[in-house]
Amino acid sequence: MPFFRSCDCLLCGSPFVPDIGWNTFFLGEAEEEVCRECRKKLVKPEGPLCPLCSRPLNKAGEKYRRGNRCRDCHFWEKSAKFRGVLEKNISLYEYNGFLQEVLYRFKYRGDYKIARAFSRDLKNAVKRLPFDAAVPIPLSEERLYERGFNQAEALIAEAGLEPLHALTRVHSEKQAKKSKTDRILLAGVFQLHPASGDVKGKTLLLVDDVYTTGSTVRHAARVLKEAGAQKILSLTLARS
Amino acid sequence: MVLRFCLEDGFLRPELLSKTKGETAFFRIDDLREIPVRERDASFPFDRSLQLHLAGKKLLLEEIPFPLALVHFHAERGYIAYGKGVERRSGGYFCHRCHNENPRLFHVFPCARCRRECAYCRRCLITGRISQCTPLLEWRGPEPAVLGRGQSAWQGELQPAQREAAGRIVRAIEKREALIVWAVCGAGKTEMLFPGIGRALKEGMRVAIATPRTDVVFELVPRLKRAFPTVPVAALYGGSQERFRFAPLSVSTTHQLLRFYKAFDVLIIDEVDAFPFSCDEMLQTAANRAKKDTGAQIFLTATPSKKWKRECLRGLRNCVILPARFHRRPLPVPRFVWCGNWRKAIRKGQLPAKVADWVRERVRRGKRCLVFFPDVERMEQALPLFLSFCPGALSVHANDPQRKEKVEKMRKKEVLVLLTTTILERGVTFPDIDVAVVGAEDDIFTESALVQISGRVGRHPDYPDGDVVFFHYGKTRAMIEAKKHIMWMNREAEKRKLLSRY
Repeated sequence: MPFFRSCDCLLCGSPFVPDIGWNTFFLGEAEEEVCRECRKKLVKPEGPLCPLCSRPLNKAGEKYRRGNRCRDCHFWEKSAKFRGVLEKNISLYEYNGFLQEVLYRFKYRGDYKIARAFSRDLKNAVKRLPFDAAVPIPLSEERLYERGFNQAEALIAEAGLEPLHALTRVHSEKQAKKSKTDRILLAGVFQLHPASGDVKGKTLLLVDDVYTTGSTVRHAARVLKEAGAQKILSLTLARS
Repeated sequence: MVLRFCLEDGFLRPELLSKTKGETAFFRIDDLREIPVRERDASFPFDRSLQLHLAGKKLLLEEIPFPLALVHFHAERGYIAYGKGVERRSGGYFCHRCHNENPRLFHVFPCARCRRECAYCRRCLITGRISQCTPLLEWRGPEPAVLGRGQSAWQGELQPAQREAAGRIVRAIEKREALIVWAVCGAGKTEMLFPGIGRALKEGMRVAIATPRTDVVFELVPRLKRAFPTVPVAALYGGSQERFRFAPLSVSTTHQLLRFYKAFDVLIIDEVDAFPFSCDEMLQTAANRAKKDTGAQIFLTATPSKKWKRECLRGLRNCVILPARFHRRPLPVPRFVWCGNWRKAIRKGQLPAKVADWVRERVRRGKRCLVFFPDVERMEQALPLFLSFCPGALSVHANDPQRKEKVEKMRKKEVLVLLTTTILERGVTFPDIDVAVVGAEDDIFTESALVQISGRVGRHPDYPDGDVVFFHYGKTRAMIEAKKHIMWMNREAEKRKLLSRY
């Protein structure tokens, strides 16, 4: 009798009794194992959002706005190299303290299971997006060995999709340690994966955990567009 | 890059160091039924710093900052042994680091290191992910000599009750026994340890003090360095540079104990009752593993579990009870005040009158007070209701980013009323303070928690008294037991002439 079973919250570890929805009852769907308190702390981006990258426009102040877009997107679209490479980024949550801690445990401690906490929201998000294949932002060999897995691939799996490994890394430097300027200016980070197959005319969904400056997804998008992809969208867990 | 092995000359060889070709030759450590071990080659000039790093521990490869080739060289000569990390057993898995066997605390994932579905342990993840493909390495060479045979330089005074406990600790160390030191909050636990520690260090023993909280590590290390100036003291906590240091005296968070294996001659465990749920068993296991088989174990607590209490009082456990505070004044006894359905009242935007009056009285007298709530939600709901008569009132909780600052403000008397959750039930001391618990009937206020909360009051010799009130909506067993516990301690202290009246 699964009604009053208690399980441990994926994110905070405390035991709780999950809400039984009709889906669990009739379809035997596995619940996500996230307690109510933790669920409340995963906040969707609110208020007017930049249509290109989902940045909440009110949060950062006027300095970061340009019309109805955010300042970063404004500059991306002005640049000759990156104009139009990315159609749109959808971010599921705001990058608040809680999510930061969760992602730390997920990525840097390597707790693969945490991806499951985002399963429901990921599945709902991909339902509404038109694309041919999901492409994970690749990790370098070193990072992949260290972490034991690619967090973007884990998210794609939790979204119920098969990944298309269309890209590989050229350099192996850690993005998180660079300054904002460095991140925007880096060149040649990605290249087409030799076994990626034909991306001509396809609409591809890039997947990653955090969108900060948009530099990573745009560099990736550019490589794919140059290889003939028609449209690139991105799906990220967090918009910082 | 891969974390796999092959067999060569009857022994393991990491794939990265091997010239063997062919996928089928390679396996992960958990695939072996039995792991081959080499006999120690006595003539091998082993690496001293590797010895100091690994001796007394079981570590993952990533925790050993030495080239793989060097590590393997030592393994081939019998100085290091490869062991399994997570082992697949019939019906589940077993973690060789934290001894987890609970299937819900393992997760299988597509691992890039062994290129297979691989199970990892979520319980001890905090100390680095351990999985079916990650070996645990152990030092099998000679033990390093413990430097720093120190003498206790501590010149302080111990109260008679403390002296008795200190003597018992010394005896337990000499006899390599386990001892429970059941001492009330404010008894002066740390000082009581010094004679025993000094004795252990003199004999060249390795001593560790384990505590659940990092702040306590920071608090204890300088005091120990002052008491034993000639002895190297290592502070072990998540992120510390000294996590792997081989020191005669270490102060460690309980999580860091997970890395140690038969390392300590004396293991002192502070606040043994404070381990968070679900980690409880794991940390007890870690503590048992961390000490040598011939090691002494000293447990310090003000609030032993019901089982331990019973066993201690029946003489079934080696135990010394310290019922008096070092300043020889009795513990303040909590009083119970029924305050009605306070949750409903707060939800409707009203503080129960008795609670409001109590706080108002402290504010009027300029006396600081801590007000405990069962959870953050309730506390945050209540805070605005205090602000009308106490505009500076603050609330604090475990994940509060300004926790340190708020506690500081309270310390400096910049705020008089501090609402809090159980996070402040231990460790924090404010002289001249009163304490109230709102909703003392809540499950989170166990006997242990209530005794610890009451123990915040009256610790300073100049302010040995204070008011402890449990505002409740129905007395609970825990409340009654807590009060009984405190009253019993006061009676014991009186009986043993450990209190002075003035």
